[in-house]
Amino acid sequence: MEVPRIGVFVCHCGINIGGVVNVPEVVKYAMTLPNVVYSEDNLYTCSSEGLSKIKEGIEKHNINRVVVASCTPRTHEPLFRATCEEAGLNKYLFEMANIREHCSWSHMDEPYKATEKAKDIVRMAVVKARLLEPQEEPEIEVVPSTLVIGSGISGMTAALSLADQGFQVYLVEKEPELGGTVRHLHKLYPTMVEASEGLNKLVNAVKLNKNIKVLSSTVVTQVKGFIGKFDVSVQKGNSDTANFRVGTIIVATGADVFQPVGMYGYKEYDNVITQFELEQLLKGGQLEKTERIVMIQCIGAREEKGRTYCSRICCMTALKNALLIKDLHPETDVYILFRDLQTYGKEYEEWHRMAQDRGVKFIKYVQEKPPQVVAGPDRKLTVDVYHALLGEQVRVESDLIVLSTPLVQHEDAKELSQMLKVPLGLDGFFFEAHVKLRPIDFATDGIYVCGTAHSPKDAAESVTQALGVASRAAIPMAIRHLRTEAITAIVDESLCSGCGTCVKICPYSAIEKDEKGVARVTAVVCKGCGMCGASCPEKAISMRHFTDEQVVAQALAALGRPVT
Amino acid sequence: MTFEPRIVGFLCNWCSYAGADLAGVSRISYPTNIRIIRLMCTGRIDPVIVLETLANGADGVMVMGCHPGDCHYIEGNLQAEYKIKMLKKLIGLTGLEPERLRLEWVSASEGGLFADLVKEFSSQITALGPSPLTGEKPDTIIFENIQAAKSAVEDFRLRVLVGREKELVEKGDAYGEKTVQEELERTMDEAIHAEYLRNKIYLMVRKESQSVKELSKCLDLEPQTTLRHIVVLRRRGMITVDRVEGTTPLYAALEVGR
Repeated sequence: MEVPRIGVFVCHCGINIGGVVNVPEVVKYAMTLPNVVYSEDNLYTCSSEGLSKIKEGIEKHNINRVVVASCTPRTHEPLFRATCEEAGLNKYLFEMANIREHCSWSHMDEPYKATEKAKDIVRMAVVKARLLEPQEEPEIEVVPSTLVIGSGISGMTAALSLADQGFQVYLVEKEPELGGTVRHLHKLYPTMVEASEGLNKLVNAVKLNKNIKVLSSTVVTQVKGFIGKFDVSVQKGNSDTANFRVGTIIVATGADVFQPVGMYGYKEYDNVITQFELEQLLKGGQLEKTERIVMIQCIGAREEKGRTYCSRICCMTALKNALLIKDLHPETDVYILFRDLQTYGKEYEEWHRMAQDRGVKFIKYVQEKPPQVVAGPDRKLTVDVYHALLGEQVRVESDLIVLSTPLVQHEDAKELSQMLKVPLGLDGFFFEAHVKLRPIDFATDGIYVCGTAHSPKDAAESVTQALGVASRAAIPMAIRHLRTEAITAIVDESLCSGCGTCVKICPYSAIEKDEKGVARVTAVVCKGCGMCGASCPEKAISMRHFTDEQVVAQALAALGRPVT
Repeated sequence: MTFEPRIVGFLCNWCSYAGADLAGVSRISYPTNIRIIRLMCTGRIDPVIVLETLANGADGVMVMGCHPGDCHYIEGNLQAEYKIKMLKKLIGLTGLEPERLRLEWVSASEGGLFADLVKEFSSQITALGPSPLTGEKPDTIIFENIQAAKSAVEDFRLRVLVGREKELVEKGDAYGEKTVQEELERTMDEAIHAEYLRNKIYLMVRKESQSVKELSKCLDLEPQTTLRHIVVLRRRGMITVDRVEGTTPLYAALEVGR
């Protein structure tokens, strides 16, 4: 290996770091570290001026390893890596020292200790940088076709968008008919158009599109491979399986509606139904005129454990249906019993006011004292509720009780998650790579999620996400070939005994035994988690960019052990 | 001077490291004594790395990953849990306090929790005092014990058992036989104990040739137990009879490539 010549660039980040940490002292300290040939401070290392300083330094001082001491690598590493590349340095010869989030911002009242800690963090980065090696990123070809699982409004929107961009789309639906949940809905807020109106247009467009192959009554039985070439097997009913290859996969499997069996007299009394069932009655024109209807919100949602989440659509759905009932039967009293009315956003708060104006009655209840459904001798139902604003118990007679229940994940989602090797969150919904930075990608490259498979949301939001995943999936398919991270596992064949522990442990099936009986890693499938390396009984597997040697060197540097 | 513990944190990139970032963004303060090493996943934690860190004078080691079910790599945190559980038992045999090692789950949105956990661990370690492996006179016995523990986790048997724990319990072995959790625990405890002692014996005879009697006395073991371990070590090609004094064989270590 060439002799490391490390350049250390310490950022003031305005006063964010410089206001706490003594930056010039850190720069001076960095110069004392082994293999450091250059160090300087910058007001903002990430500014164009700061970046040209890095490039200048690489050229002038023959720097072959760059350390930037600034903020978190989770946001700025890509930028600095790109800068290194521009200057002709392999981007894996870059290391970051996080002296802002992990130091100056957390230790604002202890400038002396913060400065000492910043020096340690820089030392840890320098010892790692000394051991860094250039990496080649594996290149792969991408098949310009996509698999969309689920043909609800999300799946169809994504499929159409991609098909219109010229990509081949396989749209798989387990039901005989396209349309998903929206097929069962009456009118959609806030436009109040018939759900079927928009949906039918979409279904026709999908069926007529030459680039979309619709596979209804069909389930995905197997997915193998990785971004660029996933080999997919599907089965229609009991017939034979069909196989095809796609470059990307979109999960648009939607959600189920929670069935509150055993709660509030549901399934015990005919006149206790879910909001979803009310929607069908309204759709079918079957809602009879009654004196009083009581809706209870947050049934089985926002709980302490399990379904802790807010289902997002129930407040608006209740308001919308209350108004529809008022349109239909103006004399009917409609009560909405709520914990918190969440009419978020720029349009929805207006609906709350509209409902109040139309005489819908609102009663706030608290989770600790939930409403009770009580049946009289004639099986007439009343709802007893502690009115949180009045501070007293009230009784409402009711002809129909409507329970607003949350959207929940399908039971078979776990199977799909295992097949695709993408995670489900604690709430059961599909779990994105990053809530803010990669909200519709999975951590697994080439697989994306949209609609209610990801979390409860309304039709408009589902369409937005569907258009989002279509554009995300289009990127690799338009470029046709791409590079994947080089942080992967590598097997030393001479040490491997072929025990197969890694094959079993790899969550991505990236390792198999080759014809010699030793482990072989498919680099483009490997995500670099390191489970195999940490578990290999022969210690035959090492992790690129996170080698044992590098990690231990960082630990020893953290403990102030002399750098050898 | 007050004791300022030296704590090394191994944090996964996706949850805990991001949680620590959030603590910073939210300007939540916590003790300055933790030094964070970023890994892609806690599943990357090789037991050797943890023991090396403790051997080199860390007063405490914190491993932090995603909450169960939230792992970016599906179940890397579960693998970390198996390893830390094994390590704590192993460290318990060396005389070093197992509480110096801690595993916690912190999500990307739990900056406050991260800070709280660091505070709590830091004060726990402060109360425990400096690691016996630091200071002017580090405890040589514990140091040697930790070296034996380190050798034990470098060896095939413990690694394969921990690496396959999930599979054995959930899917069963090659014959489809599932191992009951308690049975596996027992096997694991027995293996940890045996492998620790074997590596201890190996390191002892590497320093100087010794008899079963001498070894048994040092290790506070029944001579038959020591002998059984010696038989295994000989079969593994790790030790040999150096010479016989009177009728007593003295054992010596062979160089093994690790």
